[in-house]
Amino acid sequence: MTLKSARLRLPVETSDLEPLEIGTVVYLDGIVYTGREGLYKKIDEGVMPPVDLASLGNANFHCSPAASVGDDGTYNLGAVTATASFRFSRFLPKFFEISKAKLILGKGGMSEQDYRDHFVPNGAIYLTTVGYGTGALLGRGIKRVRDVHWLKELGIAQAVWVLEVENFGPFLVESDLRGRSLFEQSNRETLDGIERVYAGLKFPALRRYGETVNRDDEVI
Amino acid sequence: MIPNARIEEAAYTIMGKAAIEIPEDYRTGIRGMLEKEENELSRFVLMSMIDNWEAAEQDRRAMCADTGVPRYYVKVGNEARLDGGFIGLEHALRSATARATRDVPLRPNRVHPLSRQDNNNNVGINAPEIEYSFEPDADWIDVTTVHKGGLFGTDYRMLFPGDGIDGIKKFFLDVMVQFGRRGLACQPAIVGIGLGGSKDTAMVLGKQAACLRAVGDANPDPEIAKLEQELKDLGNSIGMGPMGFVGTSMVVDCHIEVGYTHTGGMPMSVHSFCLSSRRATARVHADGRIEYRTDPKWFTPYMRREGIEWCADAALHAAE
Ligand code: SF4
Repeated sequence: MTLKSARLRLPVETSDLEPLEIGTVVYLDGIVYTGREGLYKKIDEGVMPPVDLASLGNANFHCSPAASVGDDGTYNLGAVTATASFRFSRFLPKFFEISKAKLILGKGGMSEQDYRDHFVPNGAIYLTTVGYGTGALLGRGIKRVRDVHWLKELGIAQAVWVLEVENFGPFLVESDLRGRSLFEQSNRETLDGIERVYAGLKFPALRRYGETVNRDDEVI
Repeated sequence: MIPNARIEEAAYTIMGKAAIEIPEDYRTGIRGMLEKEENELSRFVLMSMIDNWEAAEQDRRAMCADTGVPRYYVKVGNEARLDGGFIGLEHALRSATARATRDVPLRPNRVHPLSRQDNNNNVGINAPEIEYSFEPDADWIDVTTVHKGGLFGTDYRMLFPGDGIDGIKKFFLDVMVQFGRRGLACQPAIVGIGLGGSKDTAMVLGKQAACLRAVGDANPDPEIAKLEQELKDLGNSIGMGPMGFVGTSMVVDCHIEVGYTHTGGMPMSVHSFCLSSRRATARVHADGRIEYRTDPKWFTPYMRREGIEWCADAALHAAE
């Protein structure tokens, strides 16, 4: 088996996403903007960003760059790496409503429940970064910092960076338009092996309060 | 006399090296895992990482944008004299951190835990951490920086002697699986295990075992070395690989460090040093010469307290 691969021009239409199966390698060209706790929380609190997110395209990246701002106001942008997405789950409804995003890029994906409840109705899919430490490869794909919003309010790590990207990747399709998840599929595929390595190991004398005994559970 | 300015320069240089250059022992370990890995998705992840390290070195940019929480481990020769003293050393390490954060650039990751105040330079209250150890018959100091990222992949548990090796294996697997799913730990990782001591000792030893020992080295105690190998094999036999995909590449190496502990307990910590296993060391000599390397050589025989006063008589004698 070799992996399929695709290159997407941003902003995307839902029809561009139709043929993408989970596990496909994706590279992007166009505009992406970053967003993490700072942005999501403010939106949740009803504070609107200083720019209409929908005007920035429809690809939101859960990330913050390793960047510095020079005395002359120029940006030195090195690597970019995603941050774990699951923690933004509760902000999704409002976020989709104002951003009209169709691609969410991040680390570790979200739950199939989130995909079905929030992504599928909005014709959106989730792309995961690879590794996840491919910061230098992703950094290479960034051609220019077009803009930074909320830099003062949120700091470098949390600000909204608007990035022009070219051959930006690699990403893997984690959820498709039907809401299937590559990670949850992998969880199901690895479960037998997990049961096998645990076989015969006895529980420690002191359990942890609320300790789960179901290895199908996740901690997120 | 070791000049303080040279310490600052060495620390600044290793900050950049750690962020950009993956240690060769880790790269070799990952190449070895790729040779054995059969799952296409897992292979793709490993190959992407190898490409990523090349891109980082070619472009001189950080290998991962989560540049971790930079910190230092300082080993001071018993004969070393610092012209700025230890206060000067700590000033130098903080200044190097701030300068490297701007110049590499590194992400300013350090914020106040409550106010989330970010000084944009990775320096703040208790940051960067500086830990010390000492070495007999030496007049140099070794400064190592570790940029360990990862909000995931670390855990602590109080086990009891009766839990035995089973308890150790089970807790090890718990950590591998709970943070291995979706690849939260950014595996394959160097897994460090701290066994014994007090709770805090177990945490410290496990972290140092993960971050300050090179892939391929074994604990000098044959019993412990055997357990290291066993746990490594166990981790790689789960059937899980990078990003939680089906695979065999989970643990690139397992390192265990121990400390004498309470007779009733067996505290254990597990730490995963991720796909961006960033460490770099500089030795600053008395004449100001600096040598760079990637193996911190932190756990010296003296560090592990081999052959030094361990029985009461000898200890009393040494104290006289
Ligand atoms: S765990 Fe390591 S490789 Fe993964 S994102 Fe964090 S620093 Fe990067």
